[in-house]
Amino acid sequence: MAKELERAGFPTATVTSLAAVAVKVGANRIVRGHRFSHPCGRPELPPTEERAWRVELVRTALRALSTPVEGPTIFEPAEP
Amino acid sequence: MRIVHYLNQFFAGIGGEDRAETPPGARAGAVGPGRALQQLLAGEAEIAGTVFCGDGLVADGPDAVVPEIVALIGRFAPDVVVAGPAFDAGRYGLACARVCAAVIERLGIPVLAAMAPDNAAVEIYRREVLIVPTTVTALGMKAALAAMARLALRLGRDETLGPAAVEGYLPRGRRMNARAPAPASERALELLLARLDGRPFTSEVPLPRYERIPPPPPVADPARMRLALVTECGLVPSGNPDRLEWVRASKWLTYSLDGKQNLARGDYEVAHGGYDAAFAVEDPDRLVPVDAVRELVRRGEIGEVLDAYYVTCGNHGILSQMATHAREIAADLRRQHVDSVLLVAT
Repeated sequence: MAKELERAGFPTATVTSLAAVAVKVGANRIVRGHRFSHPCGRPELPPTEERAWRVELVRTALRALSTPVEGPTIFEPAEP
Repeated sequence: MRIVHYLNQFFAGIGGEDRAETPPGARAGAVGPGRALQQLLAGEAEIAGTVFCGDGLVADGPDAVVPEIVALIGRFAPDVVVAGPAFDAGRYGLACARVCAAVIERLGIPVLAAMAPDNAAVEIYRREVLIVPTTVTALGMKAALAAMARLALRLGRDETLGPAAVEGYLPRGRRMNARAPAPASERALELLLARLDGRPFTSEVPLPRYERIPPPPPVADPARMRLALVTECGLVPSGNPDRLEWVRASKWLTYSLDGKQNLARGDYEVAHGGYDAAFAVEDPDRLVPVDAVRELVRRGEIGEVLDAYYVTCGNHGILSQMATHAREIAADLRRQHVDSVLLVAT
């Protein structure tokens, strides 16, 4: 999916918990998500902290989209 | 000869996706597909024990899980460890490969995993872990177990394996010395002539399977871009009105985000047979982060977001079909004047 969107020319930030797999299949801008079944969620956190973390995750995706990369690159979200 | 068999929670008979977080466990003797494997070992080897764990925990759980599994395996004092078959199950394949790689590193005994050649774990681990190719679905169980039994016995007897194509495992990318009937120049010309004649031929240097796409240039300024949300997680409105298939999806869909500041609990469900959606259904923003994206639009950090998200289901997706979905989505994104994509992959 990421590769076809990139082939079409769209810079694509892929949020996934399986970053190593994304690297191998050749996605170029990879953002490390939390878990397989909820990449953008941290259910173990209180709701306000989870929300703050998710905002940081999307900010990491913005950083990925605006960074020049040569090949598959993993971007790590900061803890809020 | 003592063999330990690694299985996921499903094949160990613990439960389905709702038990994907099952902690590592062990049973004496063969379990599930191990019973048929035991028969194929024909008295030459015994399955001393079976070790299992939930796929979710091994695939992206804490780092301590795999060492715990290896410790359970070590207690049976095996001569060979076999894992799977995992067929095309993504996390199970990854679990088998990770466990095998850790067994080599920590216990130093031979390992063997079985899964479909297209399983993503193959590309990552085939150089270090011996992998037997299987069919995509469990219909090929019998043939997979037969191949596993044959190779496990050879490993246990400490025999040197020949080339992948002869022995029936997936190439590890290792070079072995062998005597060729003719020098390289003659063989190359023979391949060229075969190709020109339209005769079948086998390259001596197969090309890598995954094609590399050069990364598109970055967006100059996220505060001025138009972003779209795309996912293969199967998140659909409650009731799944367009009947997105939960496995091998034949279509992609788009659903409006007009007026939505977040994705409300109760409004969505997940059409995806590959993971437990309980946490996602509780708050669908955990899959498609509409609340966070809207907040960053309000703060001026994102220019604008397309008022709809694109969804298909990646569970056991057929690569060519997924590529077609993606190309169609890309064409639609162009019509919508989108600049960039946030893709959520489960």
